[in-house]
Amino acid sequence: MSEKKTKKQGFFSKMLTDNPVFGLYLGICSTLAISTSINNALGMGAGVIFVLVLSNVVVSLIAPITPDDIHIPVYIVVIATLVTILQMFLNAYAVDLYTALGAFLSLIVVNCIILGRAEAYACNHNVKDSAKDGLMMGLSYTLSLLVMSLIRQVLGTGVLELTNPFAGSAVIFSIRLIPEQFIIPMFTGETGAFFTFAVLAALIALYKNKLAEAEAAAEKAAKVAAAKAKAAQLAKEKAAKEAA
Amino acid sequence: MNILALFISAMLINNIVLTKFLGMCPFMGVSTHLDSAIGMGAAVIFVIFGASVLSYFLYYFVLVPLNLEYMQLITFILLIAAFVQFVELFVKKFSPALYKQLGIYLPLITTNCTVLYVAQDNITKGYTLVETMVNSIATPAGFMLMLVIFATIRERLNQNNVPKSFQGNPIAFVVAGIMAIAFSALAGLV
Repeated sequence: MSEKKTKKQGFFSKMLTDNPVFGLYLGICSTLAISTSINNALGMGAGVIFVLVLSNVVVSLIAPITPDDIHIPVYIVVIATLVTILQMFLNAYAVDLYTALGAFLSLIVVNCIILGRAEAYACNHNVKDSAKDGLMMGLSYTLSLLVMSLIRQVLGTGVLELTNPFAGSAVIFSIRLIPEQFIIPMFTGETGAFFTFAVLAALIALYKNKLAEAEAAAEKAAKVAAAKAKAAQLAKEKAAKEAA
Repeated sequence: MNILALFISAMLINNIVLTKFLGMCPFMGVSTHLDSAIGMGAAVIFVIFGASVLSYFLYYFVLVPLNLEYMQLITFILLIAAFVQFVELFVKKFSPALYKQLGIYLPLITTNCTVLYVAQDNITKGYTLVETMVNSIATPAGFMLMLVIFATIRERLNQNNVPKSFQGNPIAFVVAGIMAIAFSALAGLV
């Protein structure tokens, strides 16, 4: 996609086509595993935003003084340090969330989105832009997680529930949307994760194809219009010549 | 724990791709051809085995005596990155033919979440050295099995008429979902 076109696209449309999860297939592992409930999705999303924004800021600060040969290990250490801080914080203040996220919390280190943004964006942009980019990417990751967990939780358990992880999992709200005899437990399992992901990715692809088609059609229309204008001008010149 | 039971459960029942969703990136990226699936699988088995055994020694002989257990994540990821780099140099020097085959996959392995996961999993589950070795061969073997099965399915899939929006990765996820159903039947094996 050309740079010009991405600028023309609106914020929401860009969030769809440049979506790190469904559009670029980054950070799939955690998306599939964590999206069983909106609680986990929000917790993981917040964690990733925290790590992504700070790692982008730190990387953009240290990039000019980092030797080129060892830049990846340096970035990984920065990210691993941030993740360790996050782990300790959650273990101290939100134990339920900490156990629910389990191994995936430490696997944020190898989440391709974070290292990818450090490599592709933060290392050659200033601090402010990098922080903004981290926030934007983190938000669209969280949104993807949220959409997916919403579908899986509602279809799989029939209940939409949100709890406060900082207050001993006190229930904030809990609504039963589907009666118990009609739920599809498969959606909380692995199969449901794969199927939900496939359908969402296909929807994004459909949207992208539509955009590409619309662009092709617009280009064609512009060409036709240009040809018409040229023909009209030729006719005018011809008429002028004949009159002369 | 019975070593054989550990092997089977790590390879088939708790298959890392289908039950833990780890290593999805190479799973989707590399599984389009059988040759590259086998190459990647072999490289992953080798790296995971080496990295897990090294991190076992690092944890129990360096971090625990120094009371530095909280440095686990940082030291492990550095160890893995360094190990992959070392393997790459080593293979490049001593077996250029093998390097040509594995070359492109080796750098990708650092960011393959399975490596870090297996190394940490061995520690959290408190495995002994032998169990660590078995687990870190069986888990990537399960990964390789998935890659190979999946590559053969995808080679046939490419010749079929798939709806436009499902082409490429989305249909692969549908296939993975169906495979997850099939593999869930193995749960009663051990």
